[in-house]
Amino acid sequence: MSTNGNKATPTSHATEQGAVPNGIKLPIYMDNHATTPMDPRVLEEMLPYFMEKFGNAASRNHPFGWAAEEAVELSRERIAELIGATAKEIVFTSGATESDNLAIKGVAEMYREKGNHIITAVTEHKAVLDTCKHLEKLGFRVTYLPVQKDGLIDLDDLKRSMDDKTILVTIMAANNEIGVVQPIAEIGKLCRERGVIFHTDAVQAIGKIPMDVNKMNIDVASITGHKLYGPKGAGALYVRRKNPRVQLVPMIDGGGHERGMRSGTLNVPGIVGLGKACAIAQEEMAQESCKMAGLRNRLKDSIMSRLDETYINGSTEHRLPGNLNISFAYVEGESLLMGINDIAVSSGSACTSATLEPSYVLKALGTGDDLAHSSIRFGIGRFNTEAEVDYVADRVVETVQRLRELSPLYEMAKEGVDLKSVKWAAEAH
Amino acid sequence: MSYSEKVIDHYNHPRNVGSMDKASADVGTGLVGAPECGDVMKLQIKVNPQTNVIEDAKFKTFGCGSAIASSSLATEWVKGKTIHEALEIKNTEIVKELALPPVKIHCSVLAEDAIRAAIGDWKKKQDATKPAEMQAR
Repeated sequence: MSTNGNKATPTSHATEQGAVPNGIKLPIYMDNHATTPMDPRVLEEMLPYFMEKFGNAASRNHPFGWAAEEAVELSRERIAELIGATAKEIVFTSGATESDNLAIKGVAEMYREKGNHIITAVTEHKAVLDTCKHLEKLGFRVTYLPVQKDGLIDLDDLKRSMDDKTILVTIMAANNEIGVVQPIAEIGKLCRERGVIFHTDAVQAIGKIPMDVNKMNIDVASITGHKLYGPKGAGALYVRRKNPRVQLVPMIDGGGHERGMRSGTLNVPGIVGLGKACAIAQEEMAQESCKMAGLRNRLKDSIMSRLDETYINGSTEHRLPGNLNISFAYVEGESLLMGINDIAVSSGSACTSATLEPSYVLKALGTGDDLAHSSIRFGIGRFNTEAEVDYVADRVVETVQRLRELSPLYEMAKEGVDLKSVKWAAEAH
Repeated sequence: MSYSEKVIDHYNHPRNVGSMDKASADVGTGLVGAPECGDVMKLQIKVNPQTNVIEDAKFKTFGCGSAIASSSLATEWVKGKTIHEALEIKNTEIVKELALPPVKIHCSVLAEDAIRAAIGDWKKKQDATKPAEMQAR
């Protein structure tokens, strides 16, 4: 996604008008699927591990090492508890991309003799899709399941795609663009029945919605700290140890850390932060997700009640509480971001992407390219307020109205022209 | 993505936004781009048939900030020029004036196309209304 990063001095609308509502500090951050700000409680817990408690967790024969190891093991327990796992099943990594790579390549290589078929979905994150493409070059066969209009995979499709060579199904728990939550428990059940390993990229879901590796029959799951108010550069992979025991071929060889699955000196402060972030989520998730959904619905209602021809992308029912992804017909996404440059959100518009292609996720839902160009992703997080939501809604509505007055497409649509029937002369592309 | 101050100025204060009667004989309309590509520009010119001078220009654009700025600038530049002079406007001059980065050059190309399309539309109307012997000359 292209993000709102207008580096030129923003002529802030609010300062131009001289009226920033009380309690609002600009710019407003509402892009919590990209990353979350760190919770101050997380930072507080991490700080001692930079200076006083700097030991290497692998140093077995002095108190510096013991202190670091103790902190790492507490984090392991905290992460495990949040997803219903045991501490020994948590392997620390540098983040989501590494976790996805280790899970998919590690399983593929380990179980190659058993089969060479992998199933994933077209709306997965690039960390999964590009890893699968890499494996295709090595002779693996990959099925990319389509999604339905609401962004969910069809379980019958999955069932039909499985054959006796299928070794791995990798389907994300919640999508990073549209927040759609896949039927993870149902997928897990299907995989378990057929003896296929099930990996889920759960980075957007963990800490936001309940995830239980046993109830959902998940065998491998990717986790990262910075999507749940923890630090960047700290991630984990859940790897099932029992019923069945899953084995991985490591991507990084070395000192045999993390039961040989991921060598390298542990990032102790980062791991402490990830653990604390999980502990906070465990405590507060139920209440917080209710608040997030309330703010999200307030934003949605405020925008959609005032603007016609706006469309929500993806299921409204099976969705992360803090996610809203809307297409504003007749308005191009990047120009909309430019108009609301005191608000940090993302767009599925192609305009700033290197490929000049709009979001592949929205295209997979069957959203036309025109509406994909017109999409904005709002990611509401722990620190957003009602006042911020109201401010964002007002700014979006007035900017869309202004840009529609500027839009030849809006004018044509109002005149009754069917835009689909127009013969467009697109020489520039 | 960082924008030049000129792009931001045109985006915040677009010049000559609006529409003219596309049925009028003196008005030429250019509609270029495509919604699925993320840019559509409509540029209209009103030409004095005696002098061939573009007396007024209007635009509406669906597209990114650079596309809006390119078309806004194009209307400023064509105003007061003769048809012949307006055809001399090159997209590279728009790129230079707005300091467009390489990834946005297509916006300037589209603006040049829009000028040409509007002039082409006007010429077609003129040819249709002029007596046959005038065309032959």
